[in-house]
Amino acid sequence: MGWFEPKTEKSAVPPAKAIWAICPKCNSHFSKAQWKKNDSICPKCNYHGRLSARERIARMADEGSFEELSPEISYSDHLKFRDAAGDYRSKVEAAMKKTGEKESVVTGRCTIGGFKSVLGVMDFSFMGGSLGTGAGEKITVAAETALAERRALIIFSASGGARMHEGILSLMQMAKTSAAIQRLKAAGLPFISVLTDPTTGGVSASYAMLGDVNITEPRALIGFAGRRVIENTIRQKLPEDFQSAEYLLKHGFIDRVVARSEMKGFIVKLLDLFGVSK
Amino acid sequence: MNAMDKVKIARDPRRPHFNEFAKFVCDDFEELHGDRLVNDDRGLVGGVAKIGDFRCVVLGHNKGATVEENMASNFGMACPDGYRKAMRLASLAERFHMPVVTFVDTPGAYPGREAEERGQAEAIAKSLEFFSALKTPVVVVVTGEGGSGGALAIAVGDKILMLENAVYSVISPEGCAGILWRDGSKAPEAAEALKITATDLLALGAIDEVVPEPKGGAHKNVKSACLKIKRAVIAKLKELTKLPVEELVQKRYDKFVAMGRFN
Ligand SMILES: [Zn+2]
Repeated sequence: MGWFEPKTEKSAVPPAKAIWAICPKCNSHFSKAQWKKNDSICPKCNYHGRLSARERIARMADEGSFEELSPEISYSDHLKFRDAAGDYRSKVEAAMKKTGEKESVVTGRCTIGGFKSVLGVMDFSFMGGSLGTGAGEKITVAAETALAERRALIIFSASGGARMHEGILSLMQMAKTSAAIQRLKAAGLPFISVLTDPTTGGVSASYAMLGDVNITEPRALIGFAGRRVIENTIRQKLPEDFQSAEYLLKHGFIDRVVARSEMKGFIVKLLDLFGVSK
Repeated sequence: MNAMDKVKIARDPRRPHFNEFAKFVCDDFEELHGDRLVNDDRGLVGGVAKIGDFRCVVLGHNKGATVEENMASNFGMACPDGYRKAMRLASLAERFHMPVVTFVDTPGAYPGREAEERGQAEAIAKSLEFFSALKTPVVVVVTGEGGSGGALAIAVGDKILMLENAVYSVISPEGCAGILWRDGSKAPEAAEALKITATDLLALGAIDEVVPEPKGGAHKNVKSACLKIKRAVIAKLKELTKLPVEELVQKRYDKFVAMGRFN
């Protein structure tokens, strides 16, 4: 399966130490300052680049309202997993040091435009936003908290899929999170899923695709299997825009492609229309 | 026997597949076709049957017995249409108070252009959501390869059984080796590290019971293997059909939510 193809990871993030930011979609070069100033959006092709969890939270939650849920939850090395490059433990601890996060998702209570919400944001820079037991538990707790406190749930996904290093229990997080989301939705509370670049594999095939409303950002990569795996299977070249936000919109799996500057306003409007309490 | 030996047995084409389960685990299997939207996927098939005294809906991946069937079913790799058919048939089970029995044996969900365009991710996601709340007992039997999300989509149930030589994994050993070892030939190492055998998964709490196979593997005596599955499934159905349906669904929720809860 193509869940974990490393392909986009190398090209999609501008190299950390370079002065130049290179748009992974159109290959245009910008100074890093210019890229940052434009909110990590490509001035040329409108690709909406990746943001850290905290950067997204700052853009979504009303100021001062974010109260983190289960900040103590982290990874579990129940397999004592080791590969050619070393052990999982040191890999994940390096990711923790790099991002300052304990897992690939940050969750918390907040208000969004005054509406009572639980917000979860995945961070692709934490091991490719991979879904392991810690992230699965955090998302489940987020959904259960939203249900118990009659809040809306909003999750920004950015993930290459399930985390191999935690084996079968990573896979089971797909079932676990989907079950928790099901309960929330059945109780009449909205789940708004924002699939940001990239959302693929086991995350797109679980909670990320289960939104009452599925939103994405321009030019985001969204899909199940990796492009190369598909091309090798069907022995055909795929269209350029295959698995893009716009392609999914056309095929009926996304409600709206929303620009970053409009995102909060649009979500607030939905929360209001769905009758979420203030 | 190491993990990669099990992978080889799990993939052995002589192993019993859906056709054999329909014949020897089920009594009176009748196939029902189509997702009522676009297609009748051959990679995932289903129908109604009796298993012992139980009226059931039966679903399963279908690798096929002949080259033509292999091709038509993509070697048991289901398309979104397959998962949508599975949900349609499982809805019948809920309405007519029949348990659902699923047979899991797939390399994974089909990675194809149309599969993506028709929403492979959405179909799997919806299936996970759907089975988590289905108001009727669901017994899952992992019989060969439990290949990641494509397997899990029909493996959310009240009791998860697994044949002794079956494997079940978040990613294929070859795929994992290709990424983490950057060398597909390291699949045996990856298979070991991923802990994908029935005994491993029982210890991790991902499955409930290991169903023994005839000596040398299920392919050595297909009928006997099927009979062992039948006995194990009937025992679980007896247990599950006694529970009030609310309790059943709550327990299923608790079971999956407990997975990977380490504090
Ligand atoms: Zn660009």
